[in-house]
Amino acid sequence: MHKVKNKDVFKVSWTYDKAPESTDHIQIKKQYDLYIDGKFTKPIKGKYFDTINPSDNKKITSVAEASDKDVDKAVKAARKAFKSWSALTGKERGKYIFRIARLIQERAREFAVIESLDGGKPIRESRDIDIPLAANHFFYYAGWADKLTYAFPNRNPKPLGVVGQIIPWNFPLLMASWKIAPALATGNTVVLKPAETTPLTALKLAEIIHESGIPKGVVNIITGAGETGAAIVNHPDIDKIAFTGSTGVGKYILNATAGTHKKLTLELGGKGANIIFEDAAIDQAVEGIVNAIFFNQGHVCCAGSRLFVQESVADLVIKKLKDRMKRLIIGDPLDKNTDIGAINSKKQLQTIEKYIKIGINEGSEIYQPKCKLPKHGNWCAPTLFLNVSQSHRIVQEEIFGPVLTVQTFRTIDEVIEKANNTPYGLSAGVWTDKGSKIFHLTQKLDAGIVWANTFNKFDPTSPFGGYKESGFGREGGLHGLKPYVKFE
Amino acid sequence: MIPNLNNLPTYDTVGVNERVKRFCTRSIKKSSKVEGLKLALNMIDLTTLEGKDTKGKVQQLCYKAMHPHDTLQNIPTVAAICVYPSHVSTAKKALHGSGIQVASVATAFPSGQSNLEIKLDDTKFAVDQGADEIDMVISRGQFLAGDYQFVFDEIAAIKEACGKAHLKVILETGELDTLDNVRKASEIAMYAGADFIKTSTGKIHPAATMQVTYVMLDAIKDFYLKTGKMIGMKPAGGISNSKLALHYLVMLNEVLGEKWMNKEYFRFGASSLANDVLMQLVKAETGIYQSINYFSND
Repeated sequence: MHKVKNKDVFKVSWTYDKAPESTDHIQIKKQYDLYIDGKFTKPIKGKYFDTINPSDNKKITSVAEASDKDVDKAVKAARKAFKSWSALTGKERGKYIFRIARLIQERAREFAVIESLDGGKPIRESRDIDIPLAANHFFYYAGWADKLTYAFPNRNPKPLGVVGQIIPWNFPLLMASWKIAPALATGNTVVLKPAETTPLTALKLAEIIHESGIPKGVVNIITGAGETGAAIVNHPDIDKIAFTGSTGVGKYILNATAGTHKKLTLELGGKGANIIFEDAAIDQAVEGIVNAIFFNQGHVCCAGSRLFVQESVADLVIKKLKDRMKRLIIGDPLDKNTDIGAINSKKQLQTIEKYIKIGINEGSEIYQPKCKLPKHGNWCAPTLFLNVSQSHRIVQEEIFGPVLTVQTFRTIDEVIEKANNTPYGLSAGVWTDKGSKIFHLTQKLDAGIVWANTFNKFDPTSPFGGYKESGFGREGGLHGLKPYVKFE
Repeated sequence: MIPNLNNLPTYDTVGVNERVKRFCTRSIKKSSKVEGLKLALNMIDLTTLEGKDTKGKVQQLCYKAMHPHDTLQNIPTVAAICVYPSHVSTAKKALHGSGIQVASVATAFPSGQSNLEIKLDDTKFAVDQGADEIDMVISRGQFLAGDYQFVFDEIAAIKEACGKAHLKVILETGELDTLDNVRKASEIAMYAGADFIKTSTGKIHPAATMQVTYVMLDAIKDFYLKTGKMIGMKPAGGISNSKLALHYLVMLNEVLGEKWMNKEYFRFGASSLANDVLMQLVKAETGIYQSINYFSND
């Protein structure tokens, strides 16, 4: 036994060779059209836009941009299909949804690769989390299709009609399945628009939906940016809007649908508090902090972006966290060993960099582990901001990137007050060995989801949604059916 | 002095399982795989601990230790041979000049159910026979009964009896029940003078798991941060294939890092692992898996 003075004694030297997932097996067309009324159709105005691989900023393919006329076409197709689709028995509808679920499973590898290619998330996540969860959502809601009267006993649930669904770029396929599966199970027809930076897996999903033999017009998938989204929101013949995305756009939609017959659910931004008590299993808590903020490069609405550590263990937790961050592998999203992939778009990278500058200018202490970032593409090293307080902008505003603010607290009341002192109310995490403390906090925290001794866990059976400016309505579980039915 | 065991970190089993799963998803290919396999081979304590062991059996094993697979170029020997005290002198003679260590189990292995004097005699006998390393077992009964001082004192006494020989302390994690207990026992062993902490005797199921090894590595890390002393780690039992050995190395690499990535600070207690590693190394060199019959099974 000898003493070692070298400070960086835990250095990693055994580096892993590149282990990229192969891309030979995937098929991407040169150009994608709009999936309307059971076929891929060219956009009326003939406009297309490029979708970019964020890890090298090279074009992958081009995708149609739907104008308001295309939206109208899609809504009409959905309206036409609604009559017969809603008249089908639940059991028949369920068959199609089960079929979609199975087809996703069969082509999981292809979906995973395309998701990472188009969105920049590590293949480990798309392979182990996004795609299996997406399939599970279809399986779960397929099961409800013929049991709706049990879901809402004595209330005679009826479908709403045509639903317009607009989804974000952080979990493209998963969000599409969160939206489409419950809508179909309850007998609605769908017009869905994926985000403009990540349309590919939704278009692949359109291929699968087509393959499933579902009647034409029941699901329409159209691509485009904000204007296309606005055309969906403002279309008079849509009965419900389901939106997941930024709080800014959410406010616009709330305004636009006010005074109309349209039902609305919004799942918006967040600034989740992740609370570490001194009696927590510290090592697992550190791992939880990493999963809470660096999962999917921090592009997670329910990310644990505000860390609260009890003062008595703050030094230890921060030391361990910094050490853990040094070991994160950042780079090629398709490499199986990558922990943190590429930032989804140039625009988002600029936003994150803007906030990092704000953080530095506000006088907080920044920590980034030394790591080699690839030359091309959009990259951001995992970042900590220490010595921050509630009044810092980086604590108040959603950054949507791998940036974590660290605050300390002394008492349980103090941390509850601070955790709730935000316009958002989506998620929170509590780390403690004491069950009673967990239950105390779950009651006091204004958050739609509270994780105990874990973070960023999703399950189709569990409802997901927010309070305050994080939106309203729930997706997932029994609760996720309700926004898609009316009672007579 | 016995450390304060009241403020030890606790472990959440679900969290530890998840962390371990992450290590297992690392994809180790090409040259990093060959490097890892060679390292794993070099870290093996080639073990035979059977009632039916004889001089002849031990000699054969020693030859295997020195010549794992002579048809392959540039492969290392194993780190040590691990035997019962009565076979130490045989092994010592057979391994003379090879640089391979002789480790001996002692202290009424595997149960440890005897008194201190006999355990000390057992240790001294092994050391006198020429053992370079002593693998002792802790008194799990006393540990579970909460008599930590007893366990601590016993380890400290054995350490003294070891003299220059390195002391590996077997916690027998399969009998300790919880990860928190594993941490507690690791702490006692390290403060009492262990050079290595080791998971298992191989006689109890479950033997080594990645979960308990993770907790022990974490304990070693914290001990280093507090005292500046580097303690070694030896998972033993149940690690029989290369893939699993590489998972352990990934875990070692990402928890403790390069200073521990050598046989001075990490060992695999295993008997059948060596041949599987050799088979993989041959595959890496020739591109072909050979029949198990091409690998000697001493």
